[in-house]
Amino acid sequence: MTYDVDIAVIGGGPAGLAAADSAKKAGVKNILILERDFRLGGILNQCIHNGFGLHTFKEELTGPEYADRYIKKIREDGVDYMLDTMVTDLKLNDDGSKTVTAMNRTEGIIKVNAKAVILSMGCRERARGSMNTPGFRGAGIYSAGTAQLFVNINGKMPGRQVVIVGSGDIGLIMARRMTLEGAKVKMVVEIMPHSGGLKRNIVQCLQDFGIPLRLSHTVTDIRGGKRVEGVVVSRVDDDLRPVEGSEEYVECDTVLYSVGLIPENEITLKMGAKLDERTNAPLVGDDLQIDSSGVFACGNVLHVHDIVDHVTEEAVNAGENAASFVLYGKVSKGAKGLVESAEKNVYVPGVDEDKMTCVRCPNGCLLSVEKGTDGTLKVTGNLCPRGEAYAVSEFTAPMRTLTTTVRVKNGTTKALPVKTSADIPKEKLLECIRALTDVEVAAPKRTGDIIVKNIADTGSDIIATGSVDNV
Amino acid sequence: MTDVIIIGAGVVGAAIARELSRKDRSVLVLEKNSDVCEGTSKANSGIVHGGYDAMPGTKKAFFNVKGSLMMEELSKTLDFPYKRNGSLVLLPDGADEETLDALFQRGLKNGVKGLEIIDRDRLHELEPNVNDSVRKALYVPTGALVCPFLLTIALAENAAVNGVEFRFDTEVTDIRKEDGAFRVFAGGEEYSSRYVINAAGVYADVIHNMVCPQKIAIRPVRGQYCLFDRTVGSVIKHTLFSLPTAMGKGVLVTPTVHGNLMAGPTAEAVDDREATNTTAVGLETVLQKGSLSVNSLPGRKVITSFAGLRAREKGGDFIIGEDRNVPGFIDVSGIESPGLSAAPAIGVHVAGLVNELDQRPDRKDFAETRKGTPSMANADEKTRQRLIKENPAFANVICRCELVTEGEIIDAIKRPLGARTLDGVKRRVRAGMGRCQAGFCSPKVAQILSRELGISEEEITKSGKGSEILKGIAKHDI
Repeated sequence: MTYDVDIAVIGGGPAGLAAADSAKKAGVKNILILERDFRLGGILNQCIHNGFGLHTFKEELTGPEYADRYIKKIREDGVDYMLDTMVTDLKLNDDGSKTVTAMNRTEGIIKVNAKAVILSMGCRERARGSMNTPGFRGAGIYSAGTAQLFVNINGKMPGRQVVIVGSGDIGLIMARRMTLEGAKVKMVVEIMPHSGGLKRNIVQCLQDFGIPLRLSHTVTDIRGGKRVEGVVVSRVDDDLRPVEGSEEYVECDTVLYSVGLIPENEITLKMGAKLDERTNAPLVGDDLQIDSSGVFACGNVLHVHDIVDHVTEEAVNAGENAASFVLYGKVSKGAKGLVESAEKNVYVPGVDEDKMTCVRCPNGCLLSVEKGTDGTLKVTGNLCPRGEAYAVSEFTAPMRTLTTTVRVKNGTTKALPVKTSADIPKEKLLECIRALTDVEVAAPKRTGDIIVKNIADTGSDIIATGSVDNV
Repeated sequence: MTDVIIIGAGVVGAAIARELSRKDRSVLVLEKNSDVCEGTSKANSGIVHGGYDAMPGTKKAFFNVKGSLMMEELSKTLDFPYKRNGSLVLLPDGADEETLDALFQRGLKNGVKGLEIIDRDRLHELEPNVNDSVRKALYVPTGALVCPFLLTIALAENAAVNGVEFRFDTEVTDIRKEDGAFRVFAGGEEYSSRYVINAAGVYADVIHNMVCPQKIAIRPVRGQYCLFDRTVGSVIKHTLFSLPTAMGKGVLVTPTVHGNLMAGPTAEAVDDREATNTTAVGLETVLQKGSLSVNSLPGRKVITSFAGLRAREKGGDFIIGEDRNVPGFIDVSGIESPGLSAAPAIGVHVAGLVNELDQRPDRKDFAETRKGTPSMANADEKTRQRLIKENPAFANVICRCELVTEGEIIDAIKRPLGARTLDGVKRRVRAGMGRCQAGFCSPKVAQILSRELGISEEEITKSGKGSEILKGIAKHDI
């Protein structure tokens, strides 16, 4: 089968969706998204935690909810997409057009001739292998994202006693997810003297559950036979070399690696583009275009973004620039391109411990609270009134949104992501989870459906944050 | 009563099983692991050695040269990846030239064809990325690459098709010879046979010593390796050896038959026969020694590391033949390097020994050839189209890094001696072999295994019992 389109978008995750939407709104008629999964949304589908969309939508959404907003836009736009479709090749033709080769079950090999192409394949995790951690290679060693898929999409536990290597956001998020689903997270080890994750994640994923964060530590040996039985954790010196004599054996059945992401550029290489040796990302111009070819890149395939809102912003630029290329044959000078994250608000030990990190937005203001003689609380360090409200609430009665899953009968996935409709007292988190243990819903379910009313007497409902179809 | 019991389903056991199945007889292979190719056969250099290294007159030399000559033809008959890329033994600046010359002479005596000592200019012409410090090299044009997994699997599959029975998860715990026959106790059952062939790898001394009065002793030598991303697989074309030492052939750097780059092995005597763990020192040694052969070995491109154990017998040579005290017990032990290269020749030779002791007519329906699982990654577009047309599952990509489809995985599970574990799938069709090291595909492969084998996902293992990949379902342990 052969298709002729204006723009082919490779990958239907957050970058691809936003790029397609913006290109459509800029006037391009014929856009086709090629997605390898059975649904649009990419990695957001398994990121069931909240914290997405504060910049884009000025509200806090879970990953699937954020994806859903863009999937709806795409449908309203009338953008075409193909699911379960894997792109295997990308060629630049002599006449300037591009041919994307893909395949799927129903059509076999597909050729898509496009005037412009948007690369939005995302990234992959670095694995244990690339860290060269010595030891055995038994079952129980996963990247954090693989564990996230097992737990959040399949409703299965990849382990019960967990050590997490790397304190990037996925690692921190998985510390909470594993804990909420019944595992014991022994510790998170981080080779650097500071965490790579957002402060809010340190607070809500580790401190809430008393999970130790071992900075300047790393796993130096993995033990066990068929299954992991434990790890040796060592302190590292200023050159990040393990310090002899600092070894500590930690019993565990699972090691999760959250040690960085690498842009996924197999397809980019097929068109003959060069990659940056260090970052593995394609070299693009200010307009996100590779070598004036009409091929644009955006999102994590280009550089790893801390938050999805920045991916969206960059993808919107890529979509607009690709639209210019299609409609006017060129991208005007001064077009918008790369969206770099502001300096990341990381957790600094010793400095941040006495202070409270506001988690109302990614700013992560450091708040101090003083109780006056008259009993009133004085908050400092906040950039906006939400910070003050947060500090008061944290000081008196901390509240949390619970995000988790419930089991699904006859669905396209075995788990449905859910959240509490409003914040609940922090100490009620585990009680709510217990109340959900035996809850099983029948597919189909849609985002926003109420799953359990007034969960554990909190006054908050459990609502679906994603959709699941009948098998 | 079985005619022949083979202990061990590694490359040697599989090669012998296949050769034995040419005659009309019953053959049973007992394997303690859950799949073929789970021991030394799965963790080695994947090199078909020319045969210059072993001392003339040894069994190692004899079977290496013979096996190496058989390998290319066998790769066509049984459809496994083989590539003759040639080897170079490098002589660094300051090293003793006589060592290289001695190797050359040894090779000539062993009957290795095409050997040549080449100078720096010729060397750099053949291998532009060779380390600048290298002055001379021994060129071994017969050196080749093979996929050790698919070689073993192909041999075993073909044996199974020709009537050989394989029992997995069946560890031999005792052997007795009574009334001219063997009683073999394994996996809680008793088996009996007229002949026993000991191909138990690093455990071959344990097996031997169960029944033979004259003891042998194996002390494994561990070899650690680093495997690099395919993007740097073409940094070199030839297999680059450093000069051999008493412990082994030294650290080599080689492309693999699948297009990765690999460096290793170390050589460390270990006492534990399950010590297939890597160590910080070992991996550092591999990268450091490897960089003596290649200009700028790309350490950042390592995708995984692993270790294997070579079954070093204290006598230093292969032990192949009927035990002089226990008639009918045939040792194939001490098979360390160049065991992989030698395996096809050992198979023919050992089957010959059995045939002399026990003459049988040819198996009439012997299937000589075997066809492997088609590879979408290696197929041209027309072939891909045809495969998808025959079975749409060949369009469903499961492993992105290596482009492995559901169709290939189902084939790997359904064929004779099919995969039952994640590692089994990985070794047969390479799902999980790539740069993400199964991060994306392992949950999907587990689901396919679960569906095709009719067992729950909780029962799916990485490599047999005790290596279950899941620990129950969410929320059920709070």
